[in-house]
Amino acid sequence: MSQLNLHLKVWRQNGSQPGHFQDIDAPDIPDHASFLEMMDIVNERLISKGEDPVAFDHDCREGICGMCSMQINGVPHGPEKATTTCQLHMRKFRTGDTIWVEPFRARAFPVLKDLMIDRSAFDRIQQAGGFVSVRTGAPQDANALPIGKEVADAAMDAAECIGCGACVAACKNASAMLFVSAKAGQLNSLPQGQPEKDRRTLGMVRQMDKEGFGNCTNQYECEAACPKEISVRWITKLNRDYAVAAVKDAFGNTRKEAGGGD
Amino acid sequence: MSLNSNIPSGPMATKWSKHKQDSKLINPKNKRKFTVLVVGSGLAGSSAAATLSELGYKVKCFCFQDSARRAHSIAAQGGINAAKNYQNDGDSVHRLFYDTVKGGDFRAREANVHRLAEVSVNIIDQCVAQGVPFAREYGGMLANRSFGGAQVSRTFYARGQTGQQLLLGAYSALNKEIAGGGVQMFPRTEMLDLVTVDGHAKGIVTRDLVTGKIESHAGDAVLLCTGGYGNVFYLSTNAMGCNVTATWRAHRKGAFFANPCYTQIHPTCIPVSGDYQSKLTLMSESLRNDGRVWVPKNAADCGKTPDQIPEDARDYYLERKYPSFGNLAPRDISSRAAKEACDDGRGVGPGGRGVYLDFAEAIGQFGAKTIAERYGNLFDMYERITGESAYKRPMRIYPAVHYTMGGLWVDYNLMSNLPGLHVLGEANFSDHGANRLGASALMQGLADGYFVIPTTIANYLVNQKPGSITTEHPEFKKAVENCTAQTKRFLNIKGKRSVDSFHRELGLLVWDKCGMARTKEGLTEALNRIPALREEFWQNVNVPGSGDFTNPELEKAGRVADFMEFAELLCLDARHREESCGGHFRSEYQYPDGEAKRDDENFSYAAAWEYTGNFSQPTLNKEPLTFEEVHLAVRSYK
Repeated sequence: MSQLNLHLKVWRQNGSQPGHFQDIDAPDIPDHASFLEMMDIVNERLISKGEDPVAFDHDCREGICGMCSMQINGVPHGPEKATTTCQLHMRKFRTGDTIWVEPFRARAFPVLKDLMIDRSAFDRIQQAGGFVSVRTGAPQDANALPIGKEVADAAMDAAECIGCGACVAACKNASAMLFVSAKAGQLNSLPQGQPEKDRRTLGMVRQMDKEGFGNCTNQYECEAACPKEISVRWITKLNRDYAVAAVKDAFGNTRKEAGGGD
Repeated sequence: MSLNSNIPSGPMATKWSKHKQDSKLINPKNKRKFTVLVVGSGLAGSSAAATLSELGYKVKCFCFQDSARRAHSIAAQGGINAAKNYQNDGDSVHRLFYDTVKGGDFRAREANVHRLAEVSVNIIDQCVAQGVPFAREYGGMLANRSFGGAQVSRTFYARGQTGQQLLLGAYSALNKEIAGGGVQMFPRTEMLDLVTVDGHAKGIVTRDLVTGKIESHAGDAVLLCTGGYGNVFYLSTNAMGCNVTATWRAHRKGAFFANPCYTQIHPTCIPVSGDYQSKLTLMSESLRNDGRVWVPKNAADCGKTPDQIPEDARDYYLERKYPSFGNLAPRDISSRAAKEACDDGRGVGPGGRGVYLDFAEAIGQFGAKTIAERYGNLFDMYERITGESAYKRPMRIYPAVHYTMGGLWVDYNLMSNLPGLHVLGEANFSDHGANRLGASALMQGLADGYFVIPTTIANYLVNQKPGSITTEHPEFKKAVENCTAQTKRFLNIKGKRSVDSFHRELGLLVWDKCGMARTKEGLTEALNRIPALREEFWQNVNVPGSGDFTNPELEKAGRVADFMEFAELLCLDARHREESCGGHFRSEYQYPDGEAKRDDENFSYAAAWEYTGNFSQPTLNKEPLTFEEVHLAVRSYK
C-alpha cells in the first residue's frame, strides 16, 4: 500500500449563505482508502486543529443507499465509471493531484451545509405516483401473474436506480428525467403498473416540473454519470408514456372514474 | 419480574390464526383518532407505517437519513426466504419453521418463528403486487436460490439487491400513504429519547438534523423499527449511521434488553485493510452457492499466490467438516471455521486474516458469463474495493459483524414490557434465537411490519383513550430538557480526541473480547475497561460546532455515548451465558471437535435485562423457552 499527498479544494457553505472553496492539504492518504475515508481522515485532522469539519452525506458506504453525492473534479461521484463516491478508491488518484470537491449543483437541490444537499424533491416526485395502489393483504398468489424474464429483467434494470441525483448534477439543465423515467418506467413496464400508468406518468412529470428541474435536451450526460448505468432508453419510454397520457388527459380520459351503481 | 410472552394456546400450527381471531378490532372511525409513532423507515418501519395508515391510523414516521428509502435494509443483498415450495423440493411452512428454530440454535421463541414461517408466503405475494422485480424463469415464474442452513431452494431474490428492491417496494407503499395524507414523514430526524407517562410509551423526543431543533411528538403508541446494534463493534457491515440510541434510550426508560450477546458474524466479507477503514463490506452469502471456500493445507503455502497452490494442497475445510451442507453451512459455523483456519496460521492475505472463496470450478462448469449474470455486481464491487478480479483469482474473505439477533424484549404482540412500546424487525429479539439464517432478516422485517403489528397493535390501543397525552405533559418537558442538556454537555467538553477515535477504540475492544470467540477472562477484562473508556469519553471528547445547525459530529457523539453504555450490557450478557450457542461462542464450552456446546438445562431462556440506574448491575429477568414442536438436539450440519 502506498500513500498519496493530495491537495483539496472543498466547497464550504452554511445554508443559504454564499459559499466558497477552501484549500485543504491532505498528505499521507492510504491508496486503499475510499474517497469518503479520505474525507474522514481530513475531518479528523480539522477537528484536532479546532476547525470545522466538512459536512457530507453518506451512510451505507457500499454503493447502494444513494446518500453520498459530491461532484469530484467536476464529475458527479468522481471519475470512475459506474461507481458511487463511497466506492471510489484513492488508488484512482496520484500523489500531487489537486482534487475539486463540490456539492451536486441544481436549483432543486439546495445546499444545506458544505457538501450536503436537500434531495427531498425526489421523494415528492415519487409521492406523486411512483407506486402501485395495492393494499397490504389484498394480493393473489405471486405466481398467478407470470411475467416474462425479459420484462422482469428490464424492470429490474430501471429499479436499480439509487436516487442519488448524479443524473441531475451531470445535466447542464439540471433535468431529473433519467431518475423520473427509471422510477416511472419500472412500474409502467410491468403488468402490475398498467392500471395507474397514465396517472403515474402525468403526476410524476408534473411534480418534476414543479420542483424546478430543467428540461431534457438529449445530451445523455446523465447516463454517463449514473453509478448504476441506468439507460437513457427509459427517457424515451417516459416521453412516449407521457405523450399518450397527456393526449388522453386532454380529452378527459384519465380523470374519468369507472362507472357503475351502488 | 415475570415476563408474560402472551403466546396463544393451542397447537403450534393454529396459534397465529387463533390469535388473529381473538385480537381486538377498532372500528374504522375510531382508528383515525389514534396516532402511532414509527421510528425508522427500513423494511419493518416502512411496511408498518404504510399498512397502519392503510388501516386508518394516523402515522408519523421518522428516519435520520435524508429519505426513507435509504434505511440500511437497502443494503441486503442475497434474498428473502418464503415457504412457497414453488420448486417442489419438499419445502413447507413447517420446514421453514424447523430450519429457523434449529438455525437459531434452539434459542428462539417457537410460536413467533412459526408465525414468521406462515406469513412468509404472503410477503412474496405482497411484494410482487407492488411491482418488486424479483428474478424470474423464462416461463414467467419466480426463480429461487439456496441459502445457508437449508436443503431446499426457498430464497427469492432480485439480482444481488434484494433488500433494495423490497425496501423500495415498502417505500412506494409509504409514499402512497404520504400522498394520501395518512403518514407524515420526518426525514433527517433522529429520536433522542422515549417519553413514558405512567409507564406507558406515549411519545418521543427528536432532533431535527438540519436545524438542530429538539422537538416533542406525542402518540398513542410508539413503534421502534430502528435496526440492530452491530456498530458497537465500530467496524461492521452496517451503515455508518446505524446505532443503538432508540432502543438503548427505551431500555433506560424501563424496556428490557434481551440476549444482546447474540451477534452475527457474517463469514463472507472483504477483509480489513487498514486502520483508516470505516466499514466492512459484505459479499453475499449467495456466493457460496457457487464459490468454494479454502485455505492452504500447509501454513508454509500461505505466502504463495493461489494459482501456485495445487488442488491437493488445498483444504476445502467446510466441505471436509460439513459434508452434507458443505459451503452452505450456516453463518456462525462458517465464520468460526474461518477463524480456526486463520488461528491455525493458514489464513491468506495481509495479516493472515482471510480465506479464499474460489469460483474457478463454477466458471469452468457454467462459463464466466453465467457467473457474471448471477453475481456480476458483487464481483464488480469486490474489484472496486480490493483492486482484484474474482474472475481471475479467488476472492479473499473474512468474517465481519453483520447482524444482531438480540434486541428489546417483546411479547407475541411485539410489545415490550413497557405498554405501548412495540419493537419490530432487527430491533427486537424474538425470531432468530442465537443465530439468524441467511435471507431471514428481510422476511422478519416485512412480516412484523406488513402482517403482525397491524393485527396486534389493536390489542393495546383498544384500551387507550386516543390523544389523551399531549406534548404539554411535563414528561415531555423533562425529556426535552435532558436532551438539550446533553447537547450542551458535549459541546462544552472541548477535549482532545475525536468521537471516531473513541468509537474505534471501543469497537476494537468489543471485537477482541466479545467477538467470534469469548472467554470469561476476556469479558471480565472488557468489563473493567469499558467504564474507564466511557469516563474518558465524557472528559476528553471533542465535539466541534453548535447545536443549532447541522452538526454530524454532534450526532455521532450521541450515538457513541450510548454505545459506551450498551457495550457493558453486551459483555455482561456474554459473560453470564455460560454456554456456547449460535453466534455466542464461549471458548470454555465446546465439544472436542470445536462445535458449540449448549447447556439446555441451565440456559434455555431469553435473558431480558432490566436497567437499574447502574450500568454494571442490571437485573436479569428470564423468559423460559419451552419447545413443543421441535426436539432440542445438538445442532449438526455434518
